[in-house]
Amino acid sequence: MTTTTAPPARTAALPPGGATLPRVIRSEWTKFWSVRSTPWTLLIAVVVTIGFATLLAWGVSSNLDTMKPDQRATLDVTSLSASGIAFGQLAMAVLGALFVASEYTTGGIRTTFVAVPNRLRVLLAKIVVFSLVAWVVGTIASFASFFVAMTFWTPHHLATSLSTPAVLRAVMGSGLIAVASGLLGLALGALIRHTAGAITAAIALLFVVPPLTQLLPGGWGDAISTRFITNAGQRITEVIQTPGQLHPWAGYLWMLGECLIPLIVGAWLIRNRDA
Amino acid sequence: MIEANGLTKRFGDKVAVNDLSFTVQPGIVTGFLGPNGAGKSTTMRMILGLDRPTAGAALINGRPYTSAHAPMRLVGALLDAKNVHGGRTARAHLNSLVQSNGLPMRRVDEVLAMTGMTEAAGRRIKGFSLGMSQRLGIAAAMLGDPEILIFDEPVNGLDPEGILWIRQFMQALAAEGRTVFVSSHLMSEMENTAEHLIVIGLGKLLADMTTKDFIAANSAGIVRVRTPQTDEMLAALRTAGWQANLVDGHIDVLGTTTDAVGDLAAAKSYTVHELFTQRSSLEEAFMEMTRDSVEYHAGDVAVGSAP
Repeated sequence: MTTTTAPPARTAALPPGGATLPRVIRSEWTKFWSVRSTPWTLLIAVVVTIGFATLLAWGVSSNLDTMKPDQRATLDVTSLSASGIAFGQLAMAVLGALFVASEYTTGGIRTTFVAVPNRLRVLLAKIVVFSLVAWVVGTIASFASFFVAMTFWTPHHLATSLSTPAVLRAVMGSGLIAVASGLLGLALGALIRHTAGAITAAIALLFVVPPLTQLLPGGWGDAISTRFITNAGQRITEVIQTPGQLHPWAGYLWMLGECLIPLIVGAWLIRNRDA
Repeated sequence: MIEANGLTKRFGDKVAVNDLSFTVQPGIVTGFLGPNGAGKSTTMRMILGLDRPTAGAALINGRPYTSAHAPMRLVGALLDAKNVHGGRTARAHLNSLVQSNGLPMRRVDEVLAMTGMTEAAGRRIKGFSLGMSQRLGIAAAMLGDPEILIFDEPVNGLDPEGILWIRQFMQALAAEGRTVFVSSHLMSEMENTAEHLIVIGLGKLLADMTTKDFIAANSAGIVRVRTPQTDEMLAALRTAGWQANLVDGHIDVLGTTTDAVGDLAAAKSYTVHELFTQRSSLEEAFMEMTRDSVEYHAGDVAVGSAP
């Protein structure tokens, strides 16, 4: 820590430099991976997702004898293997919220915005980096869950394969749900700018409120409930459609849309609020 | 060059910065002086596009900073040294900044060496002392070898060696033709560093002049004279039109020189035992100037309970 070095003369040959989107994406990629919580959260998310899928496949396959014939007929082993995605969603929502809100709670956002004064470019870079990570990790966890779960169904001749119609879409769907959940966390981080608050709101919207909407009465209650974030999104993991529920893609697009609305509001606020 | 034109910032009813206009010229260190809460940081944040002015504008080389194409080549700023994510290593923090502006990675090692932080590069920032955080903040500001430097209270937390270092560092930067704008709440700090001063209090401009002029204008001395003929001398001084007061057996005269007082005494044949100029320190001058604009005064100290 001893130094009396004078600054080098201004002739230091530096390129013109400029905060272009690809550069800001690279910068956000570095920021994302250089915090210790990132690899740990992702690793735990993958392990727990696969673990839960394994547990459920083992449990349900061991109790096949007690099932009624109509239950067996509608048994969706693919969707069952995606049950663990809830943990993946949780991890993505938390990481997404942290990715934005931690910059505000630490004050690092000011350093970021002085280096890149175009705030929407910063947000866009975060969205690109985070969507990519959430999709890759969510998809890996989903495929792993699927293959592990099928080992339990093979002895019962109930296993399905990726070449069966709709199965590949359902397995890929979990990765897409991870992206939507992560973007919701990111949006809430931008809106609330406080890590604990953003995480709490994300958990509430993804896991607490959706089952509660089923209590809403009447036709409009059903309409809201079936379209409410996770309720709608999980349709994409189904091979056998549940009666009265949305079509798989329609369900996912509802969820994605509902996650993008707060993101747009968050983007507007990031642009206009004092940092 | 940095320009503020009628810069104003209101937070609800509170006016943090009030119709502030000034320019900061390249080639010299410009000190931005004011007591705590005077609006220095808010002004700097508005210059950097972090806070939106309620009225007026802040421009860097004639344009708002937010429209800069190569931000880090244009401006390097140290606001709050703790404005970093503590979970990152110093190197990762600098890497991410270099990447965001497409600067060469070698700059990271260069600025680490420049600020004496090379050995701490691999450590996580949350373990840093305030002094190390300041050095890291200065290192980050220097990454783009910028034309304009903005430092908010950079000596905070630095040891005497560090303070001397940053003083010389800022002067060297200015000598290279850069614009250096540095805030402080300590006059003594600016006295030796800044060539030009912009003084504010409660968000308003109080002075915008060279440090030399500021010293000349504000450290006007008090002439102190001691004589056995106190009453006669006092009357003569007042007759001559000077403000003179009897203090502890001697006389304090304002707005004059020892020469003039000596001449007067000689003309009247008074005996003079002592005659000298008592200079108020620049720190006192600054405190005097900003006395009415300090946001929070320490109240009268009351010891014991009320009757």
